[in-house]
Amino acid sequence: MPKLVLQNIRKSFGANAVLNGIDLTVEDGEMVCLIGASGSGKSTLLRTINLLDPLDDGEIFLDGADIADPELDPQPIRQRIGMVFQSYNLFPHMTAEENVMLAPRRIKNRTREDLHPEIAALFEKFGLADRMQHYPDQLSGGQQQRVAIVRALAMRPEIMLFDEITSALDPELVGEVLDVLRALKAQGMTMILATHEMQFAREAADKVCFLEAGRILEEGAPQDVLANPREERTRAFLSRVL
Amino acid sequence: MADNTSQTASGLTRRQLHERRVQRRSLLVAGSSTVAVLLALILLVPLAPGWERVKASFFDWEVFRQTFPTLLEAFLLDVAIFAWCAPLIAIWALVIAICRDVRSPALYPLRLFAMLYTDIFRGVPVILVVYLIGFGIPGLGLPRPWNSPYIWGSLALILTYSAYVAEIYRSGIESIHQSQRNAALSLGLSNADTMRYVVLPQAIRRVVPANMNMLIALQKDVALLSFIGPVEIFRQAGVFKSLLANFTPYVVAAVIFLAITIPATRFADHLIAKQNRQRS
Amino acid sequence: MTIRMFFASAALMAFATTTYADGHCAAGKTLTEGKLTFATGNPAYYPWVIDDAPEKGEGFEAAVAKAVAAEMGFEGENVVWVRAGFDESIQPGAKNFDVNLQQFSITEDRDKVVDFSAPYYSSAMAVLTRQPVVDNGANATVASLKGLKWGADANTTAVPMLTGLIGPDSDPLLYNDNVDVIEAMKANQIDAAMFDLPTALYLAAVTLEDGVILGQFPAERSQNPDQFGMLMEEGNPLKACVDEAIEALRASGELAKIEATWLYEATGVPVIE
Repeated sequence: MPKLVLQNIRKSFGANAVLNGIDLTVEDGEMVCLIGASGSGKSTLLRTINLLDPLDDGEIFLDGADIADPELDPQPIRQRIGMVFQSYNLFPHMTAEENVMLAPRRIKNRTREDLHPEIAALFEKFGLADRMQHYPDQLSGGQQQRVAIVRALAMRPEIMLFDEITSALDPELVGEVLDVLRALKAQGMTMILATHEMQFAREAADKVCFLEAGRILEEGAPQDVLANPREERTRAFLSRVL
Repeated sequence: MADNTSQTASGLTRRQLHERRVQRRSLLVAGSSTVAVLLALILLVPLAPGWERVKASFFDWEVFRQTFPTLLEAFLLDVAIFAWCAPLIAIWALVIAICRDVRSPALYPLRLFAMLYTDIFRGVPVILVVYLIGFGIPGLGLPRPWNSPYIWGSLALILTYSAYVAEIYRSGIESIHQSQRNAALSLGLSNADTMRYVVLPQAIRRVVPANMNMLIALQKDVALLSFIGPVEIFRQAGVFKSLLANFTPYVVAAVIFLAITIPATRFADHLIAKQNRQRS
Repeated sequence: MTIRMFFASAALMAFATTTYADGHCAAGKTLTEGKLTFATGNPAYYPWVIDDAPEKGEGFEAAVAKAVAAEMGFEGENVVWVRAGFDESIQPGAKNFDVNLQQFSITEDRDKVVDFSAPYYSSAMAVLTRQPVVDNGANATVASLKGLKWGADANTTAVPMLTGLIGPDSDPLLYNDNVDVIEAMKANQIDAAMFDLPTALYLAAVTLEDGVILGQFPAERSQNPDQFGMLMEEGNPLKACVDEAIEALRASGELAKIEATWLYEATGVPVIE
C-alpha cells in the first residue's frame, strides 16, 4: 500500500483556483520533488496535506485512511506529518532546544530529562551539538533551518513536507541543509519537497512532479522529467531555471 | 595618498578629529541655549506684576515643609491601590484579549462580549465608572466591609484599564505573524497551546513598553478614587488647600508624583528604544 | 409712551435720592460704577438661596446680600449676581465680583489671600446621620460618635473640627461636595457626616430620605466657631463699606430677623455634651 495518496485535490482562495485536481501517489520511503514556477500551487499543496489549509474537494489517504475528512480533528493527524517552512519559523523566544522540546512535552507529556538524550543526539547528528542553548537570532540561516528540521523530527513523523526550505538561505549555506535531506533519505524517511534546487532533485529524488496552474502537468523519474521532458511547457520552465 | 589614511600626531584619524570637533560644538550649543532659557525663566518670571502673589499661593516653602510628611504618607495609599490593581488588570485584560481572539463559531458570544466590553469601557469616562461602581454597587445593600469604596473603586479602575490593556494585548497578538501559528499547528499543537506557548509569550513581550505607559496613567488615575471617599494624596492636598488657602500642597503632590513617574517614563522610553533597536 | 417715560424717570429720581443718602462710601470702589456685583455658588442651595435665584432676595444669604446692598445704596437692577466656584474665588488675581458669599468660613490662612467682611453668621456644626444608625444605638455623646464611620466635604472646615471635637476611631472619608457625602451615606459607606447646621437641616429635610440630625456643637463650644464672611479680593477698599453695612444691620436687629426668617429651623436640635 502506498504511504500517501492524493485524489482530485481542489482548493480555491475566493475566485482564485489554486489547486485544480491534483492526483499523486507517494510510496513509503520515497522522495518526491515538486517543481514549478511561483504560484503554481506547490506550497498550497503541501499546506493542504498538513491540513493547515482545508481543501475544497478531494481525498488524502495516509496509510489508506482518509485524513481530509472535515469531521476529523486535524491535531493528531498533523503530529504524524512533519513540516518545514521556507522562513524557518522558529519560535524566537525559545532556545533551539526549547523549540524542539515544546511539542513532545505538550503533546506527549514527556519531561525535559526524559527527552534530553534523544534530542541531544539529533542535534549532534545534524552538526548542532553546540547550538542547543542558542536563541534563533544567534544562529545562521542554515543552522536555524536545521533546527527547524530537528524540531519537526522530534515528533517522529511518518512523512515530512519541505516547503522551499533553501530559498531564503545564502548560497553557501544551502549545502548543509541539503545534506540533512540526504541523511533523512538514507534513513528511509518519506518526503515531499517543493524546491527550486534542480541539481539536488536530479540527484536525490525518486520522482519529480512539474506543477502548473494547480495541476501536475508531468511526473516521472528525474532523469526523464528533468533531462527529457515530454511537455513543451515543462521544457520552457526548465530552460528558464537551469 | 598615504597621508589620507595615516594617523595624525594625536593618534586619531582625520575623521575622528572631525567628529570630536562636531560633538564639542553641539555640546556647547546645547549647553548655552539651555542656560539661556533657564536664566530667562529665573530672571523674567519674577518681574511679572503678579509674581509675588503667585509665589505666595503656589510656592510657599513653609507650607511645603509643613505638608510634605502627611502628603507622602497619603501617597502610600495611592501606591497600595496601584499595587493591587495593576496585576488584576494584567490578568483580566488578558482574558478579554483572548476572548476577542477566539475563532470557533461556538464561542462567538465570548468574542461579542469582549468587543462590547472594550467598546463600552473605553468609551466611558473613568470618573463616571468610579462613581457608578463605587457608590452604585454598595448602594444595592451590601454589608460592611464588602461595600468599601476601596474595593469597588479599585474594581472601577480595573474594569476600565483592562479595556485599554486588552486592546494593547490584542495588537500584540495580531502583530505575531501567522507563520508562527502555522509552525506550532504543524507540530500538532492545539490552538490553546499555540496561543499559550507560542503567541502570547511573544505578544506580551512586544507590548511591554505600551503597557508601561498604561501603568503610568493608572498611577495618576488612582487619585480618582478620592471622589468616593479615600483620602489619598490629591484629596489630602485638597484638604490642606482649603485649610491654608494655599495651592502649595498641590505642588508638593505633583513633586511626589513626578519623583515616581519621571523615572518610570524614562524606563518605558528606554524599553521602546531597545525594542526598536532589536527589530531593526 | 410718555406715561411710561414719566414713570421711569420718576423711579430713577426716587432711586437717586436714596443712593445719594448713604452711597458715598462705595462710590468708585465697585467693578461697575453704580452697580454692586455679588457672587454665589453654582448652583446655590436652600436655605441660603431659594430656587437658585439669588436676585429674588429669598433665602438667608440672598436676603442678607439684599439688605447689605440696600444699606450701601444699591437696589433693584443695580444689584448684579454672578456665579463663582470655590477655587476660583480664593485664587490670587482680579475677581469678576465685588462681594462673594457662599458660606465661606473665615479662617486666618484664607484671610492672608483674600479679604473677609465682618461675619454675618456664626454657624453651629451639626451631625447628620440616618435612622438605621440611630436605631443601632448611636447617640449624641462624643463617646458614641467616636465609634462611627465618618465622612465630610473635603473643602470645608468640617474636616479639622471633626478631628478636634470628636477624634473618630477610624480615618474619615472625604468627598468633593455634599451630594457625594450623601451618596456615601446612602451606600452605607459612612455612618455620619459633619455639616454646618443650616446645610445639615436642608440635607436631612430634602436630600436624605431617612436623615436625622443627631445633635449640634454650638458655636461657643468650639474654640473657633465657624463664622461666615463675605469674600472680597485682597485689599479691596469696599471692605470698609461692607463691614459698616453689616454692623448697622446687626445693631438694628435686622440681621437677627433675617436669620430667624430663613434659618428658623436652626433651633430644636440637641446639643452634644
